[in-house]
Amino acid sequence: MKIIVCVNHVPDTETKVKVAPDNKSIDRAGVNFMLSPYDEFAVEAALKLKEQFGGETIAMSLGGDTHKETLRKALAMGIEKAVLLKDDAVRDSYSVARALADELKTMSPDCVLFGKQSIDYYDEQIPGLVAEFLGFPSVSVIVKLEAKDGHITCEREIEGGHETVETKFPVVLSAQKGLNEPRYPSLKGIMAAKTKPIEEKKPAAYSALVEVLDMKKPPPKAAGKIIGTDKTAVPELVRLLHEEAKVI
Amino acid sequence: MNVVAFAEQREGKFKKVAFEVVQTSKKFADQLGASHVTVAIGDNLSSALALLAPYGASKVITAEDPRLQQYSTTAYAKVLAEIAKREKADIIFLPASQMGKDLAPRIGAKLEAGIAADCVALNLKGADIIATRPVYAGKALIDVVVKSAVKIFTLRPNVFTATPGSAGTIASEKATVELTDADFTSKVTHVSVNAGRPDVTEASIIVSGGRGLKGPEHFHLVESLADTLGAAVGASRAVVDAGWRPHDEQVGQTGKTVSPSLYIACGISGAVQHLAGMSSSKYIVAINKDKDAPIFQVADYGIAGDLFEVIPALNEELKKSLGK
Repeated sequence: MKIIVCVNHVPDTETKVKVAPDNKSIDRAGVNFMLSPYDEFAVEAALKLKEQFGGETIAMSLGGDTHKETLRKALAMGIEKAVLLKDDAVRDSYSVARALADELKTMSPDCVLFGKQSIDYYDEQIPGLVAEFLGFPSVSVIVKLEAKDGHITCEREIEGGHETVETKFPVVLSAQKGLNEPRYPSLKGIMAAKTKPIEEKKPAAYSALVEVLDMKKPPPKAAGKIIGTDKTAVPELVRLLHEEAKVI
Repeated sequence: MNVVAFAEQREGKFKKVAFEVVQTSKKFADQLGASHVTVAIGDNLSSALALLAPYGASKVITAEDPRLQQYSTTAYAKVLAEIAKREKADIIFLPASQMGKDLAPRIGAKLEAGIAADCVALNLKGADIIATRPVYAGKALIDVVVKSAVKIFTLRPNVFTATPGSAGTIASEKATVELTDADFTSKVTHVSVNAGRPDVTEASIIVSGGRGLKGPEHFHLVESLADTLGAAVGASRAVVDAGWRPHDEQVGQTGKTVSPSLYIACGISGAVQHLAGMSSSKYIVAINKDKDAPIFQVADYGIAGDLFEVIPALNEELKKSLGK
């Protein structure tokens, strides 16, 4: 089975975002980048499928040279090969997905895995776009995955519950927290990752369909008030919620 | 110009966000002088359609088929894209719900339509709709414009208003889209519903708990306050990672981003990635021992005290005032 996991290199979740002078992107100075958290669940799922079915695992990322760091992390976790679609241009989700799909088509994968969303642009659209470009079925936001005799049963999270979804290979899946416990790279894995190949390719350019006009920080909340330090403040809190906020 | 709104239903009932999508899309259709069509996909929908009228729906196209009673990514995408094509849609509105976020990219790829996903504000500038959407889990907001001929907007639930007005008549029409087994390569075979409380992404009130509760055995305080308010229960990443609470309750950058009208944070200090996920709530109440906790910087009202004393007192006071 050929299993390809697409990963992204994103600012650490602890980052306090500052807007860059172009007012369209974030100031990258002093920001730590890492493998997007949901992608870790996708990498783990890829490794599990390989353990079950054999075959090969490949990690793929689209972006600049710094994405190699994140690809190395996937390799250290146990992925065998990596492909960097090297591109420094700013792209929208559509043009990223088109370029990923072009490359994936040449690789004939059985399973393409993503994290449910990249925690930077945050739009959750790339797995579905790629699936449609490939003509594959897809299941997004999965918290359970069972594959047997070519059949796949997933559970995906919905509002206030779960859906059980049946599908089959070849497929695109996007991973939600809870799908598995991502393994930590072993020391051996980290050492091995240094010598594993990262193939560099040039992705096709596509015009963006969505253009960013402006980026700003959300308006700061006005300083709130601490209305007390014990339960004697409760009646005042309830009054404020009723009369001032009018939310209950 | 033609505007299409996708009205999400589950079990034959339209979701609240469907009304938000219908009303918002109708408003923009009117401003743009465009025609407006609502599309509903499922089975046996006719009796529910009238509920869309008070939100501005006047023409509804349904695709009804027993096989569409449950969601199927591939089949729903085919049906919606096909209807959008027949209606010569220029703008398509969907909810940024689990269904809408799954469906929108499929439609986007089929129609070469750019997607402004998870919008929290829409404003008309000339003939363009400028969409505001959160990035980095709400740590920043971007304004985007969609440049493709067909444009898709998905609306974050609970943000856009759905206020029923006077209901006009609805002209409904059944669309026939031919579906074969090949269109159901992924399909929902079962839906399990969490008992009781609403989901954090849909609730208008959330009561959330963190490390300050000291152990999963004390979460009943949060749950019982939530039940008094008919609220959802949320949790910080720390308590989800510790295994105290299920991950579907997690609020923050690696959990849900929420915008309820009231968010009550109990024993949550307010890590930057938690604040990102909830600071767009309309009102925030914080109950935390540590008066210097960052949560108080975003809280409208705070009690810097012992939650084991404050939460039960708050619960009692609310029960009294709500007549429970």
